[in-house]
Amino acid sequence: MTPLDELYRQTILDHYRNPRRRGALNGPHVHAEGENPSCGDEFFLDLATEDGVVTDVAIGGQGCSISQASGSMMADVIVGKTLDEVRDLARKFKVMMSIEEGDNPVDPERPGSVLGELEALQGVRKFPVRIKCADLAWTTLEDALGQL
Amino acid sequence: MTGLAHVRSDFPLLEREINGHRLVYLDSAATTQKPAQVIDAIDDYYRRINANVHRGAYTLAVEATDAYEGGRAKVADFIGAASPNEVVFTRGTTTALNFIAYGWGLSHLSEGDKVVLTIMEHHSNVVPWQLIARHTGCELVYLSLDDDYEVDVADLDRIIDDRVKVIAVSGMSNVTGAMGPVQVLSAAARRVGAIVVVDGAQLVPHSPTDVADLGADFLAFSAHKMLGPTGIGVLWGRPDLLEEMEPTEGGGEMISDVQLYESRWAPVPHKFEAGTPPIAQAVGFGAAVDYLAKIGMHEVQDHERAITEYALAELATVPDLTVYGPRDVSRRGGAVSFQLADIHAHDIATILDQYGVAVRAGHHCAKPLMRHLNVPATARASFYIYNTNEDVDALVAALHESRKVFGLA
Repeated sequence: MTPLDELYRQTILDHYRNPRRRGALNGPHVHAEGENPSCGDEFFLDLATEDGVVTDVAIGGQGCSISQASGSMMADVIVGKTLDEVRDLARKFKVMMSIEEGDNPVDPERPGSVLGELEALQGVRKFPVRIKCADLAWTTLEDALGQL
Repeated sequence: MTGLAHVRSDFPLLEREINGHRLVYLDSAATTQKPAQVIDAIDDYYRRINANVHRGAYTLAVEATDAYEGGRAKVADFIGAASPNEVVFTRGTTTALNFIAYGWGLSHLSEGDKVVLTIMEHHSNVVPWQLIARHTGCELVYLSLDDDYEVDVADLDRIIDDRVKVIAVSGMSNVTGAMGPVQVLSAAARRVGAIVVVDGAQLVPHSPTDVADLGADFLAFSAHKMLGPTGIGVLWGRPDLLEEMEPTEGGGEMISDVQLYESRWAPVPHKFEAGTPPIAQAVGFGAAVDYLAKIGMHEVQDHERAITEYALAELATVPDLTVYGPRDVSRRGGAVSFQLADIHAHDIATILDQYGVAVRAGHHCAKPLMRHLNVPATARASFYIYNTNEDVDALVAALHESRKVFGLA
């Protein structure tokens, strides 16, 4: 695969064009907003929890395919997880996206075994200026978790 | 090959390969590449002449001063200024516009006065006026755009009344390429005694400029967008306005006398040049305008119009591509903003880079214009003397590849 094919995988384009859980929550929730001022990408997050478990998520914003697909995939995967699991996931995701080789928690022999669909975003590592795009939703999530 | 293809070999950087492809540099509206003549002039200055300017009694200091002031004289000549003293060196367009807003605006504007801007302005011609409005209570009024992305002057007589003290307009948009209606606004300003400030960051590098008939009272532009180095730009002003304008920065070089509680300023232009100035940059700037003058700015403009016309025609063949800017190349410069289907501008820029094509993506420091166009961002290709029709072909080919990557072809 060319670096471009690795970057723009079908999964990513699908999440970009058909983002999951877009909208806003009505019930009790925390709200966080993130943006990359240098490129104008925005990401909004409503996060509802009950007894230490994420019960509902809604997302919004606009930006490039990487930032928006990363947010959609995140929204998809964190519902039903405990806050500890979500924090662990966010940490692993950011390590996966850091360009220091060797730290990557993903098992190349068993694709999808550690971070599931999110591993599709690994192609971004070859495009360092775009890593902040992939991280935007997760930084916003950390902000929301900090409000709990 | 287009008219100025022979100049390409003067630009060492254009020989680079990017991601296995010939570099196709289409971001000259952000900054231009530099010819060897400019690089050599700066190199020579540092190797042979370097010293601080003014007040030095030794040979090097005299030579450095001559080199610095020589750069000013060349730039003054390039824009048709009556005297080098009308040319103030600043850090760039942004600093020049801030100097005008603070140095003239603070002492001449008050509550009830109006500053007229256009919605296509770069942030550097918006935010300084917002700051001045906060200080003085003056009001900001915006001219909108017509259907062809040009400043709408249909309602000018109603908008330009006696309360208008400043009309600040871009001579050429860095997003759409549209030229600001400087002459029309200048005539309206004369009727009510307002001054006209022209953001020439795009205009001066791409169009023959003579301050005697431009219709501006102040003009700001940057060296690095016209083959020169970063870190230096120009504030040109009508001599009487520069005289009455206050310095924004104080320090060394800008005084004639300093006492404990007050000081007297050095004559124009030095009263606006506090601190050690960008000397090597002035030398490089002089070499840059020499280079452009040798080609001739009419030739520069003709070349850009030809390539822009070719680009607009070729881009029209790419499915789902929208160009934001005037169609008539005689009324615009070579900055071409576009959107391709549902592909975000940043994704376009990433894909194009894989084919060696460098374009800018984002809001281009023109968020009010982005909101008007109802787009979060655009991709922008912009042309200069070293670009060729082959560069346009490479752009269009890479855009077709972008459609494939996004499953549209």
